[in-house]
Amino acid sequence: MTYKQQEKDLLKVKKLHTGFYIEGKFHHAIEDINLEVKPKEVVCVVGESGCGKSVMSLSIMQLLPKGISKISDGEILFNGEDLAKKTEKEMNKVRGRDIAMIFQEPMTALNPVFTIGYQLQEVLFNHSNINKKDARKRAIELLREVGIPRAEKIIDEYPHQLSGGMRQRVMIAIAIALHPKLLIADEPTTALDVTVQAQILELLKDIQEKEDMAIMLITHDLGVVADIADRVIVMYAGQIVEEAKVVDLFTKPKHPYTEALLKSIPRMEEVTDKLNTIQGVVPPITNMPEVGCRFVDRCHKAFDSCKKVSPQLGNVNGDQHLARCLLYEKCYPSDYSEEKEEISL
Amino acid sequence: MSEQVKIEQEQKSNVSAKDNILLEVKNLKKYYPVTAGFFKRKVGDVKAVDDISITLKRGETFGLVGESGCGKSTTGRTILRLTDATDGQILFEGKDITKLKGSSLRKFRRNIQMVFQDPYASLNSKMMVGRIVDEPIRNFTRQTSKELEPEVKALLSKVGLREEDYYKYPHEFSGGQRQRIGIARALALQPKLVIADEPVSALDVSIQSQVLNLLKEMQTEFELTYLFIAHDLSVVKHMSDRIGVMYLGNMVEVGDNNAIYKEPLHPYTKALTSAIPEPDPLKKKERIILEGDVPSPQNPPSGCVFHTRCPAAMPECKKVIPQLKEVRSKHKVACLLYD
Repeated sequence: MTYKQQEKDLLKVKKLHTGFYIEGKFHHAIEDINLEVKPKEVVCVVGESGCGKSVMSLSIMQLLPKGISKISDGEILFNGEDLAKKTEKEMNKVRGRDIAMIFQEPMTALNPVFTIGYQLQEVLFNHSNINKKDARKRAIELLREVGIPRAEKIIDEYPHQLSGGMRQRVMIAIAIALHPKLLIADEPTTALDVTVQAQILELLKDIQEKEDMAIMLITHDLGVVADIADRVIVMYAGQIVEEAKVVDLFTKPKHPYTEALLKSIPRMEEVTDKLNTIQGVVPPITNMPEVGCRFVDRCHKAFDSCKKVSPQLGNVNGDQHLARCLLYEKCYPSDYSEEKEEISL
Repeated sequence: MSEQVKIEQEQKSNVSAKDNILLEVKNLKKYYPVTAGFFKRKVGDVKAVDDISITLKRGETFGLVGESGCGKSTTGRTILRLTDATDGQILFEGKDITKLKGSSLRKFRRNIQMVFQDPYASLNSKMMVGRIVDEPIRNFTRQTSKELEPEVKALLSKVGLREEDYYKYPHEFSGGQRQRIGIARALALQPKLVIADEPVSALDVSIQSQVLNLLKEMQTEFELTYLFIAHDLSVVKHMSDRIGVMYLGNMVEVGDNNAIYKEPLHPYTKALTSAIPEPDPLKKKERIILEGDVPSPQNPPSGCVFHTRCPAAMPECKKVIPQLKEVRSKHKVACLLYD
């Protein structure tokens, strides 16, 4: 990667390792995460539950519980500044203003004892010297922007008076209040019905265009990914296993896990008797294999080396398509030499 | 086992051989009263299920789809007699079960079993897997766990678990495996009808396909009839022979699974099929984005309940309640556009 490209990245995560203390022992939940988000880009992170996608987003925001978790290694560069080295006070200035986040469950993310208006204005008061009158005006404006009808009334209502979709709109309004450059959305539509999900996805697309912000959307739903993403990152058991532009990922998946995942979704237009399945389950973080590929036990393309050699993330198809699989020569670690010639693709 | 065979023969003789219909739900209504004040005065009804009819043939899978709060789960629970219907009939093998009481109700219950949504909440964490699975059988026969052990172990291996799992406890299993235990428990009594209420919505995609395949395998093996309830239309379409689409307690469209997907008639079904994000970035389809949210079932809109969100609403829709009518062969819809 050239220096110029590096400069352009809004967010750059380098070799991030985060883990938890479980029964006195430290276990990594995510390992060796490298990723970039460019300005105005929509990056989707997909993976099954427990693959570490939420841990990653919480690490970026420095929101993981102190004491039981730790970022053990790596850098999180936002506009060139390392967030991992910032103090809590400094982080508070970044959160909301530069990076905002919306969560899966809009009911628990909003405080039930304060009005919508209070929670919206709180962000404005914390980050700028705005007077009460202007803050209220701006809050109403924001609610209108996210498509909430009767904004002047809703501003004085409480979260329980709104439906799930409306609450998620309020969350989005709070998130975009200070024109952040990056919005991290952790499963923003999972708790919503499909017709409401469609509304929220449209809204996110609109706002992304209007505000010129980048979105990092975390989801398990490949349908949502296909709808909104520019680039996709697939995670499995705490590692990135594939990264590609959205069309490449869906048309030419390189990692067997991605391939199997795409095949296991029931499709509307096809009639099949039997769905493709991925046998077995994700290994728990307390019992990760130390060497070898983490997908080996569930992979139908696994061969002998898969248990002995840890694959690296390598370019497999052009410069933008990365995968972590020994089927590809570029994924062998640099110090690996024996048997290399024997591998046939 | 001999007891069971006897009961089955008895029930079979009650039904004529031609009769292929297992379950018939006629004009089912389930209202929950809304009360207010100290004396719990009734101030209204939540019309969870409002006049729906379903016919289920033997060996078929009927899928019920709809958004949260549309009454699909209430329908399932009412058929199981977990809640009592406010009005209407539920004919199981020709017999109305809404009026059953006492021992006859107890006898009937073994015919219908349920698979629940949340595999973490639906298994007793203090019971061994073997006890969980044999409990339904022990409930209906005098057999002991010891006598049932080989049978239960065989059942466990049929649903893709190992025989050793008999001695384990639910916390030792993953979500997908727990759902297998739930399925084994539902099949233990060899029921005729299985109601699966969102059986895969709590599972990851890779696990979801395993469980869906298992449900299909079990259907052929045990000659089961399924009532498959889910909010995910692509899952329902994959599983079902026929699909019913529900909205706010009403059945708005019923038809074969392909017909519902390929030529949806009701504006709601059209919006629902178009809202599903398809895992294909090259296919940019025209989305019908519905305005607003589902109205409260306590105060449903007049006329057609969908008119507040319907892109094709006409002035009559506010006044006239549309009836479910057959407009194509085997394809019914409740919408004034097709009158």
